[in-house]
Amino acid sequence: MTRFSAWNVLWQGITGQKGWTRQWRDPEPKSHYDVIIVGGGLHGLATAYYLAKNHGLRNVAVLEKGWIGGGNAGRNTTIVRSNYARPGNRQFYAHSLKLWEELSHELNYNVMFSQRSHIALLHSPGAIDAAARNYNTLRRTGTPDAEIWGLEQLKQAVPHLNYAEGARFPVMGAAVQKRAGTARHDAVVWGYARAADQLGVDILQNCAVTGVERDGGRITALETTRGRITAGKVGFAVAGNTSRLWNMAGLGRLPIESHKLQAFVSEPLKPLLDQVVVFGMGGAHFYISQSDKGGMVFGGDLDWYKSYAQRGNLPIVQDVAEAAMSVMPCLGRVKLLRHWAGVVDMSMDGSHFICPTPLDNLYLNTGWNYGGFKATPAAGWWFADLIANERPAPMIADFDLKRFERGLQLDERGAGPDPKLHG
Amino acid sequence: MIRISCPFCGPRDHAEFSYGGDGSIEYPALDAPVQDWHDAVFLRDNICGLQLETWQHVHGCRMWLKVERDTMTHEIRSVTPAHPGLASVLESQA
Repeated sequence: MTRFSAWNVLWQGITGQKGWTRQWRDPEPKSHYDVIIVGGGLHGLATAYYLAKNHGLRNVAVLEKGWIGGGNAGRNTTIVRSNYARPGNRQFYAHSLKLWEELSHELNYNVMFSQRSHIALLHSPGAIDAAARNYNTLRRTGTPDAEIWGLEQLKQAVPHLNYAEGARFPVMGAAVQKRAGTARHDAVVWGYARAADQLGVDILQNCAVTGVERDGGRITALETTRGRITAGKVGFAVAGNTSRLWNMAGLGRLPIESHKLQAFVSEPLKPLLDQVVVFGMGGAHFYISQSDKGGMVFGGDLDWYKSYAQRGNLPIVQDVAEAAMSVMPCLGRVKLLRHWAGVVDMSMDGSHFICPTPLDNLYLNTGWNYGGFKATPAAGWWFADLIANERPAPMIADFDLKRFERGLQLDERGAGPDPKLHG
Repeated sequence: MIRISCPFCGPRDHAEFSYGGDGSIEYPALDAPVQDWHDAVFLRDNICGLQLETWQHVHGCRMWLKVERDTMTHEIRSVTPAHPGLASVLESQA
């Protein structure tokens, strides 16, 4: 595997680009691995990387039923932020953002992390007060880049939003996190895969888990479409399909539901929007940014009913288009290029789980709702820490399956135990 | 778009309806142990395949319905009133 450097880029340019080697191997499965991570998405690959990098584990495999990054890793709107208010979430996402800031260097792969600001529009004095409370908390707890902007400052930064006073929800200001932004989702997948592979991790694609073999309270082996593989420890990181694997392991019910979330991209435009802009008011929910290729990347709410189908319905397309027009009327003649859906694991409080399970050597990463992309580096970091050390670190102590029994809900929206409401 | 055949109004687009949730949950008695309530409120089978669920025809007759639907194909197997006695009561008063 050729390392990327200015010298190598120059040398390959001079010598006809003939010297680049493949970025990761395509190995045959071994009969045994010390750790098997099920799910070759961002969280699974990041976990495998940190298992090898931070904990020195080398006999590690990542099992992916399709191709790596073909699930939610390739279906999200690539937003990275850490403006979470609840204790636990706040520290976790702050750590994640710090890892993002060094990620391209860490992986020797340009993940195109662009800290372009995340601007959440505010439409009422009450919303400004609530945002000010949250963002003041952030400023005092290690996120100094959280700011509340007045209308004039916002107009200077993003002049072409709908500022009409007669709008149904006139814009009154914004809550802004300046270190937030976007990254190139595929590059993050490929960067983690390449870096993990270099440390000896086997990435096994087209390798679906079809059965889980148990010996009492332990998993002994996984049946896969590429044969039976025995495992020392197993980690599940499969987002929307967690309940299916959980059933294969004979473990009953989970505090999650699988829902589908759509995302959209327009035809490429000249540079139009330098920030991530978020609109959430009444029944509307909309977030938009512009990719480096020029496409407007945006999304809205869930499709509202539980589903495992990776295809979106049309009423949400209309909803999102209406929200787009109310926030940025200049998009009216822009053509939609594609829209797609991913199956997300919506949890009962809108927060995630990185935790031990009822089985001794099985560990679980699930419940990421809308937010799995931004969590990638920290989720991998702490899931690896949990698997390697066989105990939850204080950072993830409240991300366990038992928190509801303790009366704890990490419910950022205050929406209550209904998965579809945690958007 | 899913088409749901409301037993009161006939076939309508799903946009007229609001999804309730898992219709197989049976809530325990008010004085049941806390663990039973925890399980009913927080835990889900999250079936991939045919599941029983509740929908409300909010932009129609506003009735709550029980729907058997496949969560992978979205095919609907059956639609019945959530409160079975209601249909006959309505008919008797008509």
